[in-house]
Amino acid sequence: MRFVGRAIVAAWLTIAVAAPWLAPYAPSSQFPDAVYAPPTRVHVWRAGAPVAPFIHRVTMIDPLTRTFATDESSAVALVWFSGGHLITTADRSVPLLLLGADGLGRDFFSRIVYGARLSLSVACAALLVAVLIGGLGGVAAGYFGGVTDHILMRLAEFAIVLPVLYAVLALRAAMPVHLSTPETIVLMAVVFALVSWPMIARGVREIVAAERTSDYVAAAEALGAGPFRIMLRHLAPATFGFIATQSVLLLPMLIIAEATLSFAGLGLPDESPGWGTLLQEAGNLGALGTAPWLLAPAAALFSLVLGVNLSFERSSLGLAANTPLVPTSRHGTHDRAAV
Amino acid sequence: MRRYLARRLLWALIMMWVVASLAFLLGRLAGSDIIAQRLGIGADPALVEAERHSRGLDRPWTVQYFSWLAGLARFDFGTSAYYGRPVGDLVVTATRNTALIATLAFALAVLVGLPLGLVTGSRGGVFSAAIRTISLLLISAPPLITSLLLVWLSALSGVSPIGGMTSSTAATTGAGFALDLLAHLPLPVLALAMPFAATLERVQSEALARALKDPAVSAARARGVSRRALVWRHAWRLGAGPVVAVCGLMAGTLLSGSFAVELVTAWPGLGQLTANAMFGRDIYLSAGCALAATFLLSLGVVTADVISALIDPRVLNVDPESARTAA
Repeated sequence: MRFVGRAIVAAWLTIAVAAPWLAPYAPSSQFPDAVYAPPTRVHVWRAGAPVAPFIHRVTMIDPLTRTFATDESSAVALVWFSGGHLITTADRSVPLLLLGADGLGRDFFSRIVYGARLSLSVACAALLVAVLIGGLGGVAAGYFGGVTDHILMRLAEFAIVLPVLYAVLALRAAMPVHLSTPETIVLMAVVFALVSWPMIARGVREIVAAERTSDYVAAAEALGAGPFRIMLRHLAPATFGFIATQSVLLLPMLIIAEATLSFAGLGLPDESPGWGTLLQEAGNLGALGTAPWLLAPAAALFSLVLGVNLSFERSSLGLAANTPLVPTSRHGTHDRAAV
Repeated sequence: MRRYLARRLLWALIMMWVVASLAFLLGRLAGSDIIAQRLGIGADPALVEAERHSRGLDRPWTVQYFSWLAGLARFDFGTSAYYGRPVGDLVVTATRNTALIATLAFALAVLVGLPLGLVTGSRGGVFSAAIRTISLLLISAPPLITSLLLVWLSALSGVSPIGGMTSSTAATTGAGFALDLLAHLPLPVLALAMPFAATLERVQSEALARALKDPAVSAARARGVSRRALVWRHAWRLGAGPVVAVCGLMAGTLLSGSFAVELVTAWPGLGQLTANAMFGRDIYLSAGCALAATFLLSLGVVTADVISALIDPRVLNVDPESARTAA
């Protein structure tokens, strides 16, 4: 199960990195005749024999009822590694819509692939900032103790019980509604980090406070190392394992928070969509009824979060349940020592 | 106990003050306000100024903030320029609606999640494995996804209304209203409850598995307590601490979750009101919403603290926040 989870996460990371190459089209390129077009079917069988993958030309008959006709006689070949894309169609006027098209005739598959890149960027940037604030804050609190510790930890406790989304909304409200994409990413990263750093800081503080009394710290002090050298050079490495674990746990939370904020229209803009932005279209029921593929971003979000959760399952499903109860036999408790 | 409760209530009050002030001041800081938003880009500057003046938005921020604070003491939360109604009325209605689905979802999650956790924590087998798998899947589906999915399914099947709290055609009072409300409730409540039931199942399962290793359990077992009584009467109490702590923390997650659910299912709650306040740049309304959200949150957290103090009186002697860290 762990392996499956890690494979899913690795796959999404690869997709995010290779987005421009994997996606057949740019996220905002439109096909006017493909508004809410259903997913294109790829055929590999023709006249009773296997052939290279091809698709049929699909034309819109009625934009009002959203009916499309497939021209069975036509065959447009799919070409690999052409024009900097993994796969495209030989005839550029016939789009390859693996997950259908949205209300503006944009390829939904491409948008989801680019969405992975943007959603993960926001989450990873937020994670980075949270680790930085939480790590430094935690090390300082654990090392100095006293007033520093008290102030930092009260702050952390305050931040950790905040209703996350409302706090994010309040912080978001201080900024203009419309921002450029890089600005949005930075803003969201900082805002999410401000509410999630305590998840890192509190554990780091515990570890550092415990390590602080070790002999190696005393030795370093005796050799004349200053507080910053001891904190960053000697104490910080002890917390790396914890930070790594906690980061993986934080990641799904951040991804979900980003999606929710973008869904509400306060996150990533339409021209550079995250998964939450894409889901806005699924919120439109009239469209969702005839175009269920608009739910695909939800599936993407779900699979990524599931992947992260699976990579942390302690053992494979079901096995963990067999925590040995007190040994029992059918006749009672006397035949074996219970302890 | 009384001192402990007083300390927690004081903490809640401070929290509400800080969060509401934050929302107010940050909104004030933003520069663009509701008047500029309403009148548009090409509006006559004199008109904008006049409108601002009539609503008291042109005062220095200190004056505005302190007069708002003074109003709070009289339970006057200001007027929402977006809706043209007192913030108090709007927020109270919205809070009631959010509290309704959040409480029902919480109750459902507890009633389903905890017993299932006791089952999976104490035995193996196909049934347990199935529950675990479902839990794992549901934990990975945030309310945003569950609500979209349920809305889609009910639109396809027509079993329940797809959104809103009431139908425009139904009665507004009496039994007709109640039935109409009941028909609209299951969708948002289920969407919100599913991930939380799964979380509680996991937490309870782990807490019980740990509790079963406790020497006290072995002792009870040695006295001849049956396996079933051991789980359902003795061991769950040993593991109740972390479970209650998680329930307390869930107040915040429930609020965030209901934000998504309300947007998807058009439930007229605090989440929707907050989003509108944000888009409308209505600082009095967003401060009121922040206040209400923190109120709901504190209510949940303090209740959980009191319950855990009742279960385990040792809690009274330590700071509840650090106790939660340990849990």
